[in-house]
Amino acid sequence: MNGWLFAIVQTLCVVFFAPFMAGLVKWMKCKLQNRQGPPPWQPYRNLLKLSRKQVVLADTASFVFRIAPYVVFSVTIVAVSVVPVISVQLPTAALADVIVLVGFLSLARFFLSLAGMDVGTSFGGMGSSREVTISSLAEPALLMAFFTLAMNASSTNVSTVIAHLSQGSLILYPSLIFSSLGLILVAIAETGRIPIDNPATHLELTMIHEAMILEYSGRHLALMEWAAMLKLTLYSLLIVNLIVPLGVALTLRPGDLLLGAVSVSCKLLLLALFLAVVETAQAKMRLFRAPQYLGLAFILSLLGMMSHIILEVR
Amino acid sequence: MLIATLSLPEQVVLMLAALILLSSFLMLAQVRLDSMINTFALQGLLLFFATLIMALISGKYQLLISAALTLFLKVFFIPNKLRGLVVRLDINREIESITNPSLIMLFAASLVLFSYYVALPIRALSLLATRNTIAISLAVVLIGMLMIISRRKAVTQVVGFMSMENGLFFAAVVATCGMPMVVELGIAFDVLVAAILFGVFFFHIRTEIGSLDTDRLNHLTEVEK
Amino acid sequence: MLVRLSFIFLGVSGIAAAWGGALALLTVATEQAGLPLGLPWRQVLLHIDPLSGFFLFIVGTITSITACYGPNYIKEHIGGPQPPGTLTFFTGLFVAAMLFVLLATDAFSFMVAWEIMSVSSYFLVVFEHHKAENRSAAFLYLLMAVIGGAIILLAYGVLAAFGGSFSFYAMATAQLSPTWATIAFLLAFVGFGMKAGIVPLHVWLPQAHPVAPSHVSALMSGVMLKVAVYGFIRFVWDLLGGILWQWGVLVLLIGAASAVLGVLYALMQHDLKRLLAYHSVENIGIIYIGLGLSMIFSATGHTGIAAVALIAALYHCLNHALFKSLLFLGAGAVLQQSHHHDMENMGGLVRRMPVTAICFLIGCISICALPPFNGFVSEWLIFQAALQGTVLKSGILGAMIPVASAMLALTSALAIACFVKVYGVIFLGRPRSRQAAEAQEVSFGMKSAQVILALCCLGFGIFPTWTVIAISTIPEQLLGTGLAKAAGNSWLWLTPIDKQTASYGAPSVLLGLLVSWLIVFFFLHPLKRDNRIRIAPAWDCGFGPLTPRMQYTAASFSMPIRRIFSFVWCIFEKTEPAQPGRGPRYFIKISDWSWLVFYIPIGKLLLQIAQRTSRIQGGNLRVYLAYSFFTLLFLLWVIV
Repeated sequence: MNGWLFAIVQTLCVVFFAPFMAGLVKWMKCKLQNRQGPPPWQPYRNLLKLSRKQVVLADTASFVFRIAPYVVFSVTIVAVSVVPVISVQLPTAALADVIVLVGFLSLARFFLSLAGMDVGTSFGGMGSSREVTISSLAEPALLMAFFTLAMNASSTNVSTVIAHLSQGSLILYPSLIFSSLGLILVAIAETGRIPIDNPATHLELTMIHEAMILEYSGRHLALMEWAAMLKLTLYSLLIVNLIVPLGVALTLRPGDLLLGAVSVSCKLLLLALFLAVVETAQAKMRLFRAPQYLGLAFILSLLGMMSHIILEVR
Repeated sequence: MLIATLSLPEQVVLMLAALILLSSFLMLAQVRLDSMINTFALQGLLLFFATLIMALISGKYQLLISAALTLFLKVFFIPNKLRGLVVRLDINREIESITNPSLIMLFAASLVLFSYYVALPIRALSLLATRNTIAISLAVVLIGMLMIISRRKAVTQVVGFMSMENGLFFAAVVATCGMPMVVELGIAFDVLVAAILFGVFFFHIRTEIGSLDTDRLNHLTEVEK
Repeated sequence: MLVRLSFIFLGVSGIAAAWGGALALLTVATEQAGLPLGLPWRQVLLHIDPLSGFFLFIVGTITSITACYGPNYIKEHIGGPQPPGTLTFFTGLFVAAMLFVLLATDAFSFMVAWEIMSVSSYFLVVFEHHKAENRSAAFLYLLMAVIGGAIILLAYGVLAAFGGSFSFYAMATAQLSPTWATIAFLLAFVGFGMKAGIVPLHVWLPQAHPVAPSHVSALMSGVMLKVAVYGFIRFVWDLLGGILWQWGVLVLLIGAASAVLGVLYALMQHDLKRLLAYHSVENIGIIYIGLGLSMIFSATGHTGIAAVALIAALYHCLNHALFKSLLFLGAGAVLQQSHHHDMENMGGLVRRMPVTAICFLIGCISICALPPFNGFVSEWLIFQAALQGTVLKSGILGAMIPVASAMLALTSALAIACFVKVYGVIFLGRPRSRQAAEAQEVSFGMKSAQVILALCCLGFGIFPTWTVIAISTIPEQLLGTGLAKAAGNSWLWLTPIDKQTASYGAPSVLLGLLVSWLIVFFFLHPLKRDNRIRIAPAWDCGFGPLTPRMQYTAASFSMPIRRIFSFVWCIFEKTEPAQPGRGPRYFIKISDWSWLVFYIPIGKLLLQIAQRTSRIQGGNLRVYLAYSFFTLLFLLWVIV
């Protein structure tokens, strides 16, 4: 029972922390580009403002358009709840393993893309078309990277994988390096960051995520944006806890939990800095360069799997 | 053999093996000449580190000479020479179009599996802990060959050839702790001569057919079309 | 009236079959019955065991549900050029033949029932025979069915030669040398694969399914393909035995190719039913991936994992039958209302046909393998089996299996792209034609059939544990091991291998989704605040009203994927610049490579051979008499 309570509290913490993570990346990016930039807690203000505003709905919108924000948001919450953040002793992690997690994200994406098609404007369709194209290329790479990690721990359960990686002495797994590189590339593509998509712009011809939610307003928009921030946080948590499982608590003792919380915060901070640096140094790619980028991610994941089989097992 | 049972330097060698394979894949995917040459230099650097570590853990110090040769030839001399050629021939901005890059990459990935399959019986002969890398070095050789086949520009074909040689050298170092010194020096010298000869040939090809595109050499056929 | 009565009988027979099948599956019963049919010296024996019981359940369920749908769907044919009587008669014959195939216990009755199944479905495909397109599609179907039947007959012939009899019992005990076993396996793989529609033998599917009436397409795609899978499982696991791992690799590779190519071809289709037909190719590929994994694992002695893979494949058979029938019935409703086959003329139907739209959405989610619906569970099980590839000694197999599962991941991601396109273009947006704008919701019978299937999709997705436990009697029968740990904790958790390895708690996932939805909803809708929604026209960027022609079309939606995977199709694209009097025009024709690579050369070869042999038709009467004379001499010589 204690564990379940812990899982709920942890999920709520991540959900309420997510806007800060997104704001932090933005703030760091602004500082790096020598701009003033909004403070990291600006997304909270935006969400609050949006949730108070009246919803203006297009007259061609159907029920799909209205339920999509709720579906996307609640699916992302459930996805977050199964990821161990500060302790691997998470009862909800058994609900869904890595593959189900990918399934959740796909379900959210399915509804997001449908919502883009619903109103019947050209931008929505454009965004949906690009989103499904990119994610269909990203998904094999993502699953391949997860498979390599899962084969290492011979389990697809996220908790078990993290526990397996954090136990024992330091071992240099070549496969781990490759699959984490693949994972990072895919995560950047899937969360709609530079160089695949630019979250900061509404430039017509390049946008992907923004094009799909262009017709949303009020609380619907708030939910969509919050879900996107949650997705960013979810991928960040997966990356930091799978690649550097250092400090993740193996028990539910308060001391371990505190240590876990501190280490996760530090790791997220570093990842946010890394993202900000990457986004400052890189330019957005043309849409048809994205297959090459994701092909690289797939090759990395594939190499990870092969080096697991060739170099590590036998 | 489980990786957890190996010592840390051996693990590092395995890691370097994986990275060398990655650099081969990167070379295969590059379309810009200068970044391709840089990747080639990176592969040389990885090879240098691998040789260095092998020299230290096996105690065969003549490997240090090979390492130094690698560092000099493959990290500095040949890449610099190639860069100079690219600048002098003014083909720096030339982008080589690869037909169907994803298919070629998938083919290269299956080459890795194939070389694993081929290397299984060879592997049984070696006693070193790092013998698993034979498959990797064979794959590097095959991918270098694939690069020669799939590219049209002479410069990229030469880089492919050099990367094949890298694969052979890596196999010799990690599987048997190096070849006899005479052989190794000979090969290093051969590569050096080859690099210079290629440089001369580039100019000839260029002046004869006005391009470095070796597909233009098809005109030399005697078959009437 | 007669039509309605026939559909009622069809429904009752379906329910009876489903009931019998479920009983056989759950009680692990093996029953036999003799029928006073067939040749005088041999009684036709019927036999039911868990394997045939499972497929009987699938056939029966889908048949009874389509029986609800049929009467109103074929109403428009009453008084039309084709009498609906032929349709109902051959539907009944078709279902009876399928049931008989499942119950047959010797190769002789199996083949008779199999051919009746093919021929009766031919008449269903050719039902609207006034269109030339339908006739050629049906001819292709019949041709491939006949060839496939002949190959299956050869496969049984090999077994019968070793077993000494046509009865399945004798065949199962026959001892085959590996070479002959491989020959028999290859024959069965090709023969049943032709009916199941694996690449490159799939070409009849996208031709035949769109032209048949929709409830028949549902039966053919949802059920008949499963009968072919049943035949394959029965032949390889039960009759042949002694599986070699090389066979498994072949099945795995062909399955992966079918899955990826099927979904890629589907993405480029604009005819709704043809698109669904290509998705059948994809799903059959997924089933074959599961079967191939099961063969590899059982050949290398890992029967526990082989059982997981086999259960995954069988579960996917059930799921595909449910959601593909649902989608075909929904497609039938859409076609009936919009009178268009081409998706580019639809749009906005969600407002005109809400029930169909919701059911179709559920079908789409299920076929895209998204949690918590049923398609996800079976794909999850396949992934779980594939990830156990590390137990294999051979590193090549150990590497090939995860790559195959990456192909499966690509397939399901592309399926999402495809069904976002389908649903977005057909049901969402603005209507693209007058008929689409005037569509009406379909009648009660058609709606109820879809609702039942949608509920089944949800139910089999939420309660996978019970389903898996029920199905696990089949691997117990075929492989000797079931899944002891499937419900290790309780019915809430599905743990196919081990509790530590992987678990999926579908009911709790759904509960979590609903709870978080409710919390978010009440959080955002405090009772006191006025939060009415304002309805306004969509923003048109100030350029005047938005028209339906400004929307993304199906062709433009799939354009990025068409460009990225351009080597998969044979694309003919042409743009004509604007001329006075008309705007620019764009043509695109996308065809299947397998026609160019396989079928057209084979056709040409056959034509050449036919021309050569036609020389013996001299036209001279005495020459013909000479032929008969020499034939007579030859036969006399043979007899003596």
